[in-house]
Amino acid sequence: MNVFDSLFEISESLRTHKTRTVLAVLTVAWGIFMLVLLLGAGRGLQNGVELQFKDDAVNSIRIYGGKTTIDYKGLPRGRSIRYENEDYEQIRSNIEHVDKISARYYVGGDSTVRYGKQQAAFDIRGVHPDHLYLEKTVLSAGRYINENDLTERRKVAVVGAKVVERLFEQPAPLGKMIAINGISYQVVGVFTDDGSQDEEETVYLPITTAQLVYAEPVRLHQMTYTVGDATYQQSKESEQQVRELLAQRKNFSPNDQRAARIYNNLDEYKKVTDLFYWVRVFVAVVGVGTVLTGVLAVSNIMVISVAERRREIGIRKAIGATPGSITRLIVLESVIVTVIAGYIGLISSLGLLELLKATVPENEYMYQPDVNTFVVVAVTLLVIVSGTLAGYLPARRAAAIDPVQALQPS
Amino acid sequence: MIELKSIAKSYAMGEHQVRALVGTDLFIGAGEFVAIQGSSGSGKSTLLNILGILDSPDSGTYTLDGNLIANLSARDAARYRNRFIGFVFQSFNLIHHKSALDNVALPLYYQNVSRRKRHKIAMEYLERVGLADRATHKPSELSGGQSQRVAIARALITQPALLLADEPTGALDTQTGEQIMSLFRDVNAQGMTVVLVTHEREIAEQTQRIIQLRDGDIIRDERL
Ligand SMILES: Nc1ncnc2c1ncn2[C@@H]1O[C@H](COP(=O)(O)OP(=O)(O)OP(=O)(O)O)[C@@H](O)[C@H]1O
Ligand SMILES: [Mg+2]
Repeated sequence: MNVFDSLFEISESLRTHKTRTVLAVLTVAWGIFMLVLLLGAGRGLQNGVELQFKDDAVNSIRIYGGKTTIDYKGLPRGRSIRYENEDYEQIRSNIEHVDKISARYYVGGDSTVRYGKQQAAFDIRGVHPDHLYLEKTVLSAGRYINENDLTERRKVAVVGAKVVERLFEQPAPLGKMIAINGISYQVVGVFTDDGSQDEEETVYLPITTAQLVYAEPVRLHQMTYTVGDATYQQSKESEQQVRELLAQRKNFSPNDQRAARIYNNLDEYKKVTDLFYWVRVFVAVVGVGTVLTGVLAVSNIMVISVAERRREIGIRKAIGATPGSITRLIVLESVIVTVIAGYIGLISSLGLLELLKATVPENEYMYQPDVNTFVVVAVTLLVIVSGTLAGYLPARRAAAIDPVQALQPS
Repeated sequence: MIELKSIAKSYAMGEHQVRALVGTDLFIGAGEFVAIQGSSGSGKSTLLNILGILDSPDSGTYTLDGNLIANLSARDAARYRNRFIGFVFQSFNLIHHKSALDNVALPLYYQNVSRRKRHKIAMEYLERVGLADRATHKPSELSGGQSQRVAIARALITQPALLLADEPTGALDTQTGEQIMSLFRDVNAQGMTVVLVTHEREIAEQTQRIIQLRDGDIIRDERL
């Protein structure tokens, strides 16, 4: 059967029954519109939340000191737990899944930074080279702290963009000398940070230099490492190993959660991804529901259409239409109606999403609502399949019409 | 052309069996022009529907043009109807949203004839029934006689061997009925077998053979 001929037959029939056609198209278009909009909104929600995770590496584990809360091996509770270089070395070489790792030494006190006549107070931190990745620091000029800085205890500094803004009249700080609490450092790098603005008011020093200058050559305030592409399960195991290692070294109970405070970023991330799993389930249920409603509506309309066209179908059969050709005609009609309707729904929802994308500013609840090509392909398949399903039963009914009865003079 | 042997057909009406045909034998040769007569309910339409393979008998054999018509699939029955048989009905049975031309062309659609070609052929048949100027009209814009002529053009377009008509003049006035009958006479003169059902004696007398039915059985078969 010539496809164009069939299409012509169908378009003729659709034009003859305009109201019915428009009704069917609207139902399905609405279903697809809602489905795509929901999917897009779900994606936007996810993008919004992921924006909040942009600051730090998602798979990082942060280790802070603390106070013991359990008496252990004759040692009373309430002891402070602090870390030294050796703890860092032990974690780096003995813990599984450690990818990037850095400790931090916070320079406390007034921390005045001066260049020429300008001066201001900033956060000063001694760090290891890997800190660059852990904080997702973006270098805009020069270089970051490196291994040579550490071994030679160089007096160099990497400064945030805000620091440059405040201290330098011309934004060309590389190679210049700044004074921190009266000691001179050479600026070797400038950085920006997407995640937070406060970050850019920080000055980074080689951790060994900072320890030496402030006369605490082995003291560490905090350690952070990432677990590479380890699974959530593996990262939890790694975290537990750290706790046990530190507990053994510092003599506290491995069950004492407050002695060493360890935060696994993946915990938060997992909560959010779990949430989005349920959002997707919800969208799927609601979406399938609306599409199913559309399919039922089209099916209903096709049943009515077949009933109304009983005589026509009887005539067609009397003059030689095979049951197969009748089935094909009705199914194709249903598919065409749903596909056209589906695309109307799809295009209008994509249009609305584009509009939202252009008008809604970056915020943590909704960001860049969008659907991908996969959704477009899936929706196309969905409308074809559901159009076929919607048309199939009415089509079978039409094919079974007995021409003798259908042609009975009324 | 047509050979019926002990054709029986009954319908279930609740608990009763209505015997529409009770074991009819009938032979109609190629090129005959036959009228079937009988009172209402005598089985005329049932017989015609069986001849047209729209319906199948409960028992008996039907041979059409040398082919035994038995246990046909719906698809094969459709093929026979499409290629061997033309139908004309009392109520015309045109498709109301199609133009006269499209109605006439429709049987060729089921023969996969291209749209352009079937329109060309349909136009020739419309000319034959004198309605070339009404090609684009919808059935609602045609008179009864015109509608029936369109229906006849549609029945003829596949050049069937057998033309079946159930009360083709039943809805028309005498004069229009005459026009229709002259069309039937023409196609019969060109060799087509024509069987029509009518309750009008004047119409029946314009054929060559009158078959009289009563209670599902042939009671008289006269050649004129
Ligand atoms: N589909 C059906 N269901 C039940 N009974 C039927 C059916 N079709 C026909 N009959 C019965 O079979 C018998 C023959 O019917 P048929 O239609 O062949 O008569 P007819 O000679 O064409 O009558 P008319 O002149 O009124 O058209 C009638 O008694 C009729 O009621
Ligand atoms: Mg009848």
